[in-house]
Amino acid sequence: MKTILLLLLIVPGTVLAASSGYRLDRSPHDSRDLASLQAGARTYVNYCLGCHGMQFMRYKGLTELGLTEAQIREHLLFTSDKVGDAMKVALDPKEGKAWFGVAPPDLSVVARSRGADWLYTYLRTFHRDPRTTTGWNNPVYPNVAMPHALWTLQGERGWDEKEHKLTEISKGSQSPTEYDATVRDLVNFLVYVGEPAAADRKAIGIIVLFVLLLVLFPLTYWLKKEFWKDVK
Amino acid sequence: MGTMVARLWAWFDARMPSVAEQWKIHASEYYAPKNFNFWYFFGSLAMLVLVIQIVSGIFLTMNYKPDAGLAFGSVEYIMRDVPGGWLIRYIHSTGASAFFIVVYLHMFRAMLYGSYKEPRELIWIFGVLIYLTLMGEAFFGYLLPWGQMSYWGAQVIVNLFGTVPFIGPDLALWIRGDYVVSDATLNRFFALHVIALPLVLLGLVVAHILALHDVGSNNPDGVEIKKLKGPDGKPLDGIPFHPYYTVKDLLGAVVFLAIFCIVMFFVPEMGGYFLEYNNFIPADPLKTPEHIAPVWYFTPYYSILRAVPPLFNSQFPGVLAMGVATLILFFLPWLDRSPVKSIRYRGVRYKCWLAAFVVVFVILGYLGTENTNVWGQFPVSDDSFLGRNIVDTKDVATWMARVCTVVYFLFFFLMPWYTARDKVLPVPERVTA
Repeated sequence: MKTILLLLLIVPGTVLAASSGYRLDRSPHDSRDLASLQAGARTYVNYCLGCHGMQFMRYKGLTELGLTEAQIREHLLFTSDKVGDAMKVALDPKEGKAWFGVAPPDLSVVARSRGADWLYTYLRTFHRDPRTTTGWNNPVYPNVAMPHALWTLQGERGWDEKEHKLTEISKGSQSPTEYDATVRDLVNFLVYVGEPAAADRKAIGIIVLFVLLLVLFPLTYWLKKEFWKDVK
Repeated sequence: MGTMVARLWAWFDARMPSVAEQWKIHASEYYAPKNFNFWYFFGSLAMLVLVIQIVSGIFLTMNYKPDAGLAFGSVEYIMRDVPGGWLIRYIHSTGASAFFIVVYLHMFRAMLYGSYKEPRELIWIFGVLIYLTLMGEAFFGYLLPWGQMSYWGAQVIVNLFGTVPFIGPDLALWIRGDYVVSDATLNRFFALHVIALPLVLLGLVVAHILALHDVGSNNPDGVEIKKLKGPDGKPLDGIPFHPYYTVKDLLGAVVFLAIFCIVMFFVPEMGGYFLEYNNFIPADPLKTPEHIAPVWYFTPYYSILRAVPPLFNSQFPGVLAMGVATLILFFLPWLDRSPVKSIRYRGVRYKCWLAAFVVVFVILGYLGTENTNVWGQFPVSDDSFLGRNIVDTKDVATWMARVCTVVYFLFFFLMPWYTARDKVLPVPERVTA
């Protein structure tokens, strides 16, 4: 039984298994980097929000990323006119289904179901594939319905069947390093939206643990010692 | 001020003396053995977790919507838009797993020190009923977030009832209230989770404690402290529960809460074991996930279910094995024929069997969270020793689970023999330090 406890304490270190078996890169996102989160929000609104809503995230919540309401209104508010509104998608799900075969899913909690590493790898492994209806494929999510939405940034790549490697076909507007950074920022933003309270959670947790371990533990330990003095 | 309180209390006591009397019976004059060790924290901790779950559950109920169209979203709104909602939700989700950890350790304590043996059989029976109710409570509650694992987990479990011969399909239909898990199912599971089973649970806990306080607590030596009383009529090895064990359990509660908070604030998903990743995908009746795994506390039994091969194309034997695996706990007091209670004075046979039981329980639990091919597959060819006719499955883990399932059952079925034949040590008159 102690082993169960021990096992349970170790498991959080394990990584999400990719069902495709493609080796995932470790996501270098940093939830404390506000500039990166803001850049990610911008990329999301410009490239993703057209099809993928975030129905549980309000535009107003972006103020937590260091943006003012005026900035949000001016640069990010495309699918609504109220900052208090949810980041809903402009696309009609029925049309989405007609175009892609499946309605593009809401991405409010995608970072929680897929994990940051999966997203970071997936968004960097799109390649041209003439056999699919969209002309794109992805080794992390084989035969994915989504075309490469960021291809103007990354450029086009092909897939070497023999080597199981991506090859360059054409350059995009960003260098590979710049593109990796763009994806990192985007993943950072998705992780944030997955659980906006995460930062508060950790901060409050430290305070609570301090109270428990430095105040209540010594107090109750002393109380027990005092009362048990006469038990022989 | 002091006299005011004293007078108020006197006024109250004159009108309802049973309060002071009950306090005496259950706390200030309830004599507990003085040699409780680490394993004796988990009873009071289980009570603490019960309170945590009820209180956090009430607050969740204020914001949750038991509606197939709204449930998933309402949980996300709790996580985002309800002030402190994320905390309440994580308290409740961490509490669910904590409840099972604490209860499993509490039950293991009973097995270590023979706490289920005469005269404490009823306490044990109430305890097993609490455990079964808790499993139901956890199962019903797990549907409520309406994620993929909620939905398909419920689908799988309800289908288990569908395998019962003759009445199965009707039974499953009756449980779901629909032909698939649907809004009707969600609504009734909600009712069962927030009111029906909590009431049963509270009643059983009261019965469990009343039965305990009637016969008195066992202890790590398995000595009956009531046999040796001082001239004042109090057990020589007993100390009043209050204040001694109230302060000791308070210390235990603080340590427990520290561990609880480390999980809740820093790893609330516990690597997918406390909150499964797939449960962040809304329930989709048309899309079956590749890998359906129940939450960790059910996995030992889930493994047993998967380990038993189907008979006449029916999974019922597995379901039956799973049922027997839990219900057999009721008979433990009568299966154990050892003259001593505590592991300290038991022979090597019981010690080995108990160790084996713990090992297989943990392995079964682990295997239940994984695909059956987690440990690879046999390199089988038709004419080899491990040919098709002998091995009906190619997965190593399935065979491991079968071996563990057999050991699990042998632990109980052979207990009357190995406990009766064990060489036991003499039990001391009084508790040891």
